[in-house]
Amino acid sequence: MKARPFMRVVVLGVGNILLSDEGVGVHAVNRLEELYELPAEVEIIDGGTSGMDCLDQVSNADYLVIADCMRSKKEPGTITRLTGDQIPAFFKTRISPHQVGLSDMLGALNFHDMLPKNIILYGVEPESFALGMEPTPAVAARLPELVAKLVAELTEIGVTILPKAA
Amino acid sequence: MSKRITIDPITRIEGHLRIDVEVDGGKVTKAWSSGQMWRGVELILLGRDPRDAWAITQRICGVCTTVHAITSVRAVENALNLEIPVNAQYIRNMIIAAHAIHDAIVHFYHLSALDWVDVVSALKADPLKAAQLAESLSDWPLNNRHVMTQTLEKLKTFVGSGQLGPFTNGYWGHPAMKLSPEVNLMAVAHYLQALDAQRHASKIVTLLGSKSPHIQNVAVGGVSNPIATDSQSVLTVERLLALKPHMDALSDFIRQVYLVDVSAIGAFYADWTKYGAGVTNYLSCPDFPMDTKGTQFLTPGGYIPGADISKYQPITAFGDAFLRDGVEESVKHAWYEYSKPGPLHPYKGETKPHYTDFQDEGKYSWLKAPTFYGKRAQVGPLANVLCGIAAGHQPTITYANKVLDTASSLLGSKIPLTAMHSTIGRHAARAIRTGVMAEVMTQNWSTLIDNIGKGDFKTFNKPTFPKGEVMGYGFHEAPRGLLSHWTVIRDGKIANYQCVVPSTWNAGPRDENDAIGPYEASLMDNPIADAELPLEVLRTVHSFDPCLACAVHVVEDNKEVVQVKAL
Repeated sequence: MKARPFMRVVVLGVGNILLSDEGVGVHAVNRLEELYELPAEVEIIDGGTSGMDCLDQVSNADYLVIADCMRSKKEPGTITRLTGDQIPAFFKTRISPHQVGLSDMLGALNFHDMLPKNIILYGVEPESFALGMEPTPAVAARLPELVAKLVAELTEIGVTILPKAA
Repeated sequence: MSKRITIDPITRIEGHLRIDVEVDGGKVTKAWSSGQMWRGVELILLGRDPRDAWAITQRICGVCTTVHAITSVRAVENALNLEIPVNAQYIRNMIIAAHAIHDAIVHFYHLSALDWVDVVSALKADPLKAAQLAESLSDWPLNNRHVMTQTLEKLKTFVGSGQLGPFTNGYWGHPAMKLSPEVNLMAVAHYLQALDAQRHASKIVTLLGSKSPHIQNVAVGGVSNPIATDSQSVLTVERLLALKPHMDALSDFIRQVYLVDVSAIGAFYADWTKYGAGVTNYLSCPDFPMDTKGTQFLTPGGYIPGADISKYQPITAFGDAFLRDGVEESVKHAWYEYSKPGPLHPYKGETKPHYTDFQDEGKYSWLKAPTFYGKRAQVGPLANVLCGIAAGHQPTITYANKVLDTASSLLGSKIPLTAMHSTIGRHAARAIRTGVMAEVMTQNWSTLIDNIGKGDFKTFNKPTFPKGEVMGYGFHEAPRGLLSHWTVIRDGKIANYQCVVPSTWNAGPRDENDAIGPYEASLMDNPIADAELPLEVLRTVHSFDPCLACAVHVVEDNKEVVQVKAL
C-alpha cells in the first residue's frame, strides 16, 4: 500500500515510567525514535500518563498507533494487537490507571468528529506495577519485538522507515 | 435510620479516590475520603542527582506534569540558594499559566460540567432560544443560532448512535439537574468549543517546553531554551511572536465563554452556594516571580484562618519561613507508619507503607493528613482568590466582581462574596483565577520580549552542589492549589524528598486530632435526593478538581467498574 500525500501518522506511547511495566509503551516509542529514521508525516509522542494534552496532536490523524500496557490475564510480556471497534470495548474496563485520560480524549475526539481514521493498539501484558524505572525482565525481553511490530505496522501503513546509521 | 454510601472509584478524575458517606434524613452526616493507591515516587528519587528530580517528578501524574517539574527545580534552587535569570522566570511563568489555563478549561467543561449539565435534556432544546440566551450573556461570535442548530444535530446523531462516549456515566434526568434544555444546549456547544480552546494552551506549552505533555526545557538554574535572534534551533523572536495569537484566542474564550458560563451555572444553581464550604482555613502561595530571587510576584498568596479575610497573613518569598515552619503531615489515619509518634515535618518525612483494612475509626487512606500550624487548611483556586482579595490584588478583585455581578443579575438578587465558601464557589474561583492568569501570561510575554530587546539573552545559571547537607523547599500555586516539594541533599545526592500536593491537603483523611479533612468537611449536610444516585456527592468532590495520581500512587486496581453501594 502506498502512502497518500499529506498522510499523518501518530505513534503514541502511554504509561507511567515510574511503575515498571506500566511504562512499557513509553519505552517502546522512545526506542523506536532512537533506532529509526522517521519521515515527517510520522509523529512520535511520549504521552506518559496524559490524556487531554495529546488531543491536538492526535486529532484528525490518518493513523493513530498506541503502545500501552494492558491487563488481559495473559502471560506477562504477551503482545496483543487491537484495532477499530475492539478498542472502545478495551476502554470500558479500567485496565491501567491512566486510561481515564486516554479514553476521555478519544471520546471527546469522537464527539467532535476528529477521531483518527484508523486506530491500532498494541498492548503488553504487565507482570508488575511495582515502583521502579525499568520494566520487569519478562516485559523488557519483549520490548524489541514490540518495537519490531510497530515498525512493521508503520511499513504496512505505507511509511518508509529506515534504521539509523550506527 | 442512617444509610452508608460507598462510591469507589469517583469517576472523571485522575487516580483512584473512594468516598464513603453516611446519609440520614436526606443529608450527609459523616464522610470519609480515601486515596486508594500508594505513591512511592519519593523512594525512586533517593540517591539520585537533584538535577534529574524534575524530569522524574513530572511523571507522577498525567494531569500535573509541568507543575511538578517547576516545583522540583524551585526546591533544589532553594536548597542551593540559587537565583535564576529573569528570562527563565518569564518563560517558566508562561508555561505555568498556559498549563493551568488548559487544566481549568478541561476540568470545567470536560470533567465536571456533566455534574450540572444534562446532555440528554439538551435534545429537547429550541436552538433559536438557546442562541438568544447565549447572545444575551456574551458577545462571543459562536453563540449564534447556526452554531446551536449544528450542535443539536451533532448531539442527535451522537446519542442516536448509542455510543455516548464521554457522556456515558452521566446522571441524566436526575432530580438535582435544574437547567433548562436551552441552557443545557448552550453548555454542550461550549463543551465542543472548549476542546478547540484548550488546544491553544497545549500549543503554548509545546512551543516553549519543546515537547508536550512532558516539557523538556526546565533545568535547575533556569531553563534550557537558549534565546537568540538569528538561529532556528533556539527560542527566536519569531517563535515568541507565534505564541501571541494562541494567547489571544485563549483570553477571548476565558472572558467571553468560560467566565460567563460559570456565572450562569452559579446563578441557576444558587442553592449550591449553601453547601460544600467545609474547612474554611485557606492556604495558598504567591506565584509568577518576576525577579531572580523570587521576592516579587504577580499573584499573592498566604493564609486566611476561619474564612476571616481580615486575618490574612501573606507568604512573601521563596523559602518563606512562615510556610516552611507550619507544615506537618500525620499518618494516624493513613496507611503508613512513622518511626515515632505524632506528625512529621516534610524534611523529616517518612514513606513507609503500613496497610490495614478500611477502618472507619482507624487507618483508611493512602493519603497523609497535612496541617498548617496544627490546623487543616483548604487549598486551591478558592484559597488563592480569597487571599488575592484580602491582599487587595486588583486583577483578582476585578474578575471576582465580574463573576459575582453577572451571576447576581441573572439570579435577580445580590450574591455576596461569602457565597464563595461553597461547592459552586470553587468553580467560580477557578474561573476567576483563570482570568487573572490569562493576563499574567500575556504580561510575561511582553516583559520577555522587552528584556530580549535590551540585549539580555541569559536563561541559565549553572548550579554547584556543596559537600555536606543542604535543605530546600519549593512552592507553586498549581491548578489544584498549593504544591510543595521538600528535599534534603547530601554531597550532591538526594537524601530525602517529599511532595506535599494539593489533593493531599484537600482529600487527606482525619488528622492527629481526628479532625476531618476538607473533602470530608465539605460533604457534611449536602442533600442527597437518591442514595442510589449520589450526584450531589460528586458535585462537591469534583468541585475540588481531584487529582489523586500524585496524592498517592498505584498498587493494584482490579475493580473494573464504578461501584455505588448503598447499605
